[in-house]
Amino acid sequence: MPEFDLTFTLILLANGLLIGLMYALIALGFVLVYKATDAINFAQGEFVMFGGFIAAAAATGGFWLGVVVGLAGMIAFCFGLERVVLRPMLGRPIVSVIMATIGIASLLRGVAVLAFGAGTRAITMPVSDDPLFLGPVMLPPIQLIGAAVSLVFLAVFTWFFLKTRMGMAMRAVADNQTVAMAMGIDVRRYFALAWALTGIVSALGGVIWGAMLGVDTQLALVGLKVFPVVILGGLDSIIGAVVAGPIVGIVESLAAGYLDPLVGGGTKDFAPYVLMIVALMVRPYGLFGRWQVERI
Amino acid sequence: MFHAETGVFKTSYAADAALFRLPIARRTMIALAVLFVVVVPLGLDEYYLSILNLILVAVVGAVGLNILVGYTGQISIGHGAFMSVGAYTAANLITRAGMPFWVAIPAGGLMAAFIGTLVGIPSLRIKGLYLAISTLAAQLIIEWTINHVPWISGGIQASIQVGRPHLFGMAVRTPAEMYLFLLFFVVLALVGSLNLMRSRIGRAFIAIRDQDIAAEIIGIDIFRYKLWSFAISSFYAGVAGVLYTYYLGIANYEQFQLDVSINFLAMIIIGGMGSQLGPVLGAAFVTLLPVVTRRVLEVSGGLFFSAADLANIIPNLRLVMFGGLIIFFLVVEPEGLDRLWRKIRGYFRAWPFSY
Repeated sequence: MPEFDLTFTLILLANGLLIGLMYALIALGFVLVYKATDAINFAQGEFVMFGGFIAAAAATGGFWLGVVVGLAGMIAFCFGLERVVLRPMLGRPIVSVIMATIGIASLLRGVAVLAFGAGTRAITMPVSDDPLFLGPVMLPPIQLIGAAVSLVFLAVFTWFFLKTRMGMAMRAVADNQTVAMAMGIDVRRYFALAWALTGIVSALGGVIWGAMLGVDTQLALVGLKVFPVVILGGLDSIIGAVVAGPIVGIVESLAAGYLDPLVGGGTKDFAPYVLMIVALMVRPYGLFGRWQVERI
Repeated sequence: MFHAETGVFKTSYAADAALFRLPIARRTMIALAVLFVVVVPLGLDEYYLSILNLILVAVVGAVGLNILVGYTGQISIGHGAFMSVGAYTAANLITRAGMPFWVAIPAGGLMAAFIGTLVGIPSLRIKGLYLAISTLAAQLIIEWTINHVPWISGGIQASIQVGRPHLFGMAVRTPAEMYLFLLFFVVLALVGSLNLMRSRIGRAFIAIRDQDIAAEIIGIDIFRYKLWSFAISSFYAGVAGVLYTYYLGIANYEQFQLDVSINFLAMIIIGGMGSQLGPVLGAAFVTLLPVVTRRVLEVSGGLFFSAADLANIIPNLRLVMFGGLIIFFLVVEPEGLDRLWRKIRGYFRAWPFSY
């Protein structure tokens, strides 16, 4: 065990917190779809990657053009996907839905490279690269912006679900489809809307993560971090994603800082899943998830 | 089997319970046996035989996964890891204790069954998505553990060399010998799975898949049978892992990563879940897909693309086709290749008098 060092720990905590908030943004895409349609999206990481690719390709004409095209592209893509793939899968066993999204993931990885090339593309944000110093702790501006965007969007979505007519309709659909239908809500329209919202989140995630890591197929691996976040936070809880994201970020950051030297690397990808298993054993519906009592 | 029927003409219970109801079924079976045991190993050259061997290994794994996913309705995204458990158990037994294959293969299977049962324990409390994610976690954790514990894997990124299996003092060397060696285990796996599904345990699996609450009410101990399903399924995976290790000559954790688990799921989806023929067809299909894609593009792709482009296109086109086919089968033909085969058979059953 390396010597306990306050500065080092503070740096790890700050980094973990910021990265965790960026995880929360991506996890939000997963939660939105699960909340409204009960579909499980194993392709969330690939959505982010694809959004990043579209944005990076359009960003040659300016950063903001990239963001707008990325958003529009991902919304259109998710609409189409819901129509062609997910709608026929309604009411099928859960294995089928999971496999369909795994198929989409594989498809997107291939298409992205065929369409945009295998090289790493850069997205340059119109901010300086100079880190901000908070006492001894160094904060890269990209991560700060990412965390800020995450927080803003989490707030916007919370407001959307609690206060707007559409948001309430979506909650109704999530709660009970039959009753929602009887109340005059067009359920299929809200399914499409949920996927479109995921498209927005994925495009933003793609821009932010792409700006930090560069856009290539490796970007899809952030999707693997979504599962610990959503399980820990509760699958259908936006607040859960906001709280669990930083927890996962901090755990992984501390593991990378303190355990990696002992076991020779790789704990960054491993520790969140151990945390997740513990969460599953102790509290299977997560910190803020809805408890569903059923016999199994 | 292809056979035309005009009616039921059985006059004794022995005829009713016969394994082959019609003479033509027995003849087809014998013809198939001759084809696979004699003609194929003698007639095909080494390249095709080695591809066929890959298919055989995949069949064992896919049949096992089908017991869990297709028949019991549980899901596992961790079968690649269960294969690696079998592979490393066998590799260590072979290299450290000099065990012969008939000890190493069951030992690998049993170890995988043990780990698989442990992973299956959460299925008592969780199902569906949660089970999928916890098996995904198992995949990542087992992968990491094997890679980071030198006692198992011989160090990070290392691989263990495994000798050839010996039979009657003779080493299995050529692809044709390896083919027969693997074929024996494939037949064993298929007969095992067929008979399992005719037994009390198999019927219990199907009952749990179709309606778990009803199954419990008619007296099936759900937890016990779910664990049985995990155990049997991972036993198959472990055996497939050992066979794959023998086929490659080395045990390396990179051969058993997450994409392997997904490949196996794709095999049973494309082949058809919950059927006996499905996993066999699916295993052949998914194994052949990249080989055929590569072959076709190498032969004809040069007309359109430069060599450097081709090296980039081939693996990605494989991904696109793989994903596209999974989606296609799920949306259009959820019962997979098996149903296509049944349709063809149904058509010829009454052919040429279909009306």
